[in-house]
Amino acid sequence: MPDIVVALKNITKRFPGVTANNAINFELHGGEIHTLLGENGAGKTTLMNILDGIYRPDGGEIYIDGKRADIHNPADAMAKGIGMIHQHFMLVDTLTVLENVVLGLKSQKLYVNKKAVAGKIRTISDRYSLGIDPYTRIWQLSVGEQQRVEIIKTLFKGARILILDEPTAVLTPQEVRTSFDIYRQMIHEGKSIIFISHKLNEVMEISDRITVLRHGEVIGTVKRAETSKGELANMMVGREILFRLKRKPLKRKKKILRAENVRALDDKGLPALNGVTFDVYGGEIFGLAGVSGNGQKILSQVITGLRKVTSGNIFIEDINVTNASAKKITGQGTNYVPPDRLKVGLVPNLSTMDNAILRRYNRPPISNNYFINYREAAEYTEALIKKYDIKVPRKEAPVKLLSGGNMQKLILAREISENPKLLVVVHPTRGLDVGATELIRKELLKERDNGVAVLLISEDLDEIFMISDRIGVIYEGQILGIVNIEDAEIKRIGLLMAGLKDKSTA
Amino acid sequence: MVIGALFGFIAGNITQSPYLGFLVGMLAGGAASMIHAFISITLRGNQIVSGLALTIFGLGITNFFGQDWINKKFTIPVNPVPVPGLSNIPFIGPILFNQDFFVYFSYVLVLLMWFILFKTKTGIHLRAVGENARAADAMGVGVNATRYFWTFFGGLLAGAGGAYLTLVYAPFWLDGITAGRGWIAVALVIFAMWNPLYAIIGAFIFGGIDSLQFQLQAAGTTIPSSLLNMQPYLLTLLVVIAATIIVRTRHIGTPGELGVPYAREEK
Ligand SMILES: Nc1ncnc2c1ncn2[C@@H]1O[C@H](COP(=O)(O)OP(=O)(O)O)[C@@H](O)[C@H]1O
Ligand SMILES: [Mg+2]
Repeated sequence: MPDIVVALKNITKRFPGVTANNAINFELHGGEIHTLLGENGAGKTTLMNILDGIYRPDGGEIYIDGKRADIHNPADAMAKGIGMIHQHFMLVDTLTVLENVVLGLKSQKLYVNKKAVAGKIRTISDRYSLGIDPYTRIWQLSVGEQQRVEIIKTLFKGARILILDEPTAVLTPQEVRTSFDIYRQMIHEGKSIIFISHKLNEVMEISDRITVLRHGEVIGTVKRAETSKGELANMMVGREILFRLKRKPLKRKKKILRAENVRALDDKGLPALNGVTFDVYGGEIFGLAGVSGNGQKILSQVITGLRKVTSGNIFIEDINVTNASAKKITGQGTNYVPPDRLKVGLVPNLSTMDNAILRRYNRPPISNNYFINYREAAEYTEALIKKYDIKVPRKEAPVKLLSGGNMQKLILAREISENPKLLVVVHPTRGLDVGATELIRKELLKERDNGVAVLLISEDLDEIFMISDRIGVIYEGQILGIVNIEDAEIKRIGLLMAGLKDKSTA
Repeated sequence: MVIGALFGFIAGNITQSPYLGFLVGMLAGGAASMIHAFISITLRGNQIVSGLALTIFGLGITNFFGQDWINKKFTIPVNPVPVPGLSNIPFIGPILFNQDFFVYFSYVLVLLMWFILFKTKTGIHLRAVGENARAADAMGVGVNATRYFWTFFGGLLAGAGGAYLTLVYAPFWLDGITAGRGWIAVALVIFAMWNPLYAIIGAFIFGGIDSLQFQLQAAGTTIPSSLLNMQPYLLTLLVVIAATIIVRTRHIGTPGELGVPYAREEK
């Protein structure tokens, strides 16, 4: 019987509108690497923030070494030997490595003996081959190095249980190799690790056991030796499709979007799209499935003109719009429902009306080239609100006060009203309640029936199956396969999402 | 600053002690700063708005309570105490080391603040809380407590500045006697890139220009006095422009979360 160093029992955490964790049970054995696997938004970070004392759970208990633990803040967690390395590093850029280590050290006296601390940092750095100099300022370090500073911070304080929240998401493949060696070395030195990831290759390589979360619930815990990528993919995305929305038979029209061997870089300058080729036709919904971070966001940006491609071509109805401005692309009939409602989709502090007219404030009848006709603007907004049943406190109130569902309806209404040829929608229902979700999906189907080409990018496989006519799977910046909905099996899609082209490897 | 100036002045007159007056001025500044702290830390309001409101409030309340004190003088002189030896250094000796107690206090304060900021755990906490509150919180630093404490401390110092003005420098009370000097202090902080050692250099430059205008007027220059009076404020503008450009291009200076409120469970 292995010793159980951490046990979470029935942990529940609610945020306004979502239950991020619903009665979660989880156990970490001494000396193991236990992976938390799950899609974005599954509740992994929330659960670990609870263990680390950043959030207070609404229910449930935490046991450390078999004893009930009350963790009110990260300092409590640290006192129990728990150290968390966050997805977004908790480092102060302008301070040195040493100063970041000292930050919050209970043992440290008022005057900081820099020599002694630096010596200890060097010892840790050498033991795990981290190669970190205590006097460097954080902003001078690469992301990989910063992560190692985080590791030093926790080890310095004597952590024996390390939580690593998606540590590999920001690393290059080489850095991932090195960090896996570091993790193994830590296990060797008697530490236990909770590793968070949604990359199946890595999970299968580094874990001893794997717990899969979905929609805030534990789907199951499996031993690495007794599972496969296929099984994990299925657990992660869900086996059962609840229902399929009723829809008219597919009436495919002419080709609207063509992406030809498109390549592009992400914000860090690393390749994110590695030759993407596909078409979307008028009158169909093309669902692009994939585990998050495989290039979906970048793809939506290059199609809508928000990011440059490094090579390849994009056509809208035979017109080459590669690297054209967003304005020109919109002019060609592309409209966009971005993944981030409040950052990209809306201007949070402007009113509902201002947001509603964002696409047409500069042309008649709302504008006469010099002034905005507010009567027209108000009428137009009124019409949108009525037609799409958007609940708005007051038209003049900042749009950020709307609920998520109503914001999304507003964005969709605004974009659809431009009569697009191509509608690019990304995560259209993420975080929405059932009612709003259904309404948005129905609107998308309506657009399809009207002959619009709809590109639906979603991590919610249920959603993709529910409304798509064809499904493409993107993996590491390439489309691994495209299937018609009639031939699509969830299992096969799951495998493709895991990067496995061949059925027999399951 | 203006609150410290008035209440320091009143207390000094009542107790007939510049030192007690100074102390009360500091405490008055500290108390006023707590209004700002409550609005910007607890209520997470906008610091610029809160700061501006507090300035107007300070001018208003001192106008009200200062009615009876206008043009009264503080008559107890605070004499310079030359530092033996140092004050004999040619040129800089009399400038730096033939001063009163409060000026020496400011030297000590600068060194002490520099030491605290860069050599102690407390200082690391202070800087971390201003640069990246979430990181500091995750490391177990009490973000709000730290912010309250140092806001109070800042209030004490602003009050001290005001009290010095009415008890030693002027020494009398006039409505709005600070004449926007507090704003110069803000520019000074930017100029000094948040380092006390640079701040004192900057303070001498600003102070020098301020007194230069008096010297020139006394010497009977033909430059209109209104133009001369403008100098410190003009310099303030130039400094802020220059410092902003420098700060942009280097990773120093402005704290990353200057004016940003913090809430733990907010994304
Ligand atoms: N501070 C917060 N306030 C409101 N909602 C939150 C907060 N943190 C997380 N959530 C929500 O809780 C859910 C789970 O999020 P998270 O734990 O970050 O997932 P994961 O780490 O698995 O991607 C998501 O729906 C997310 O939007
Ligand atoms: Mg997360």
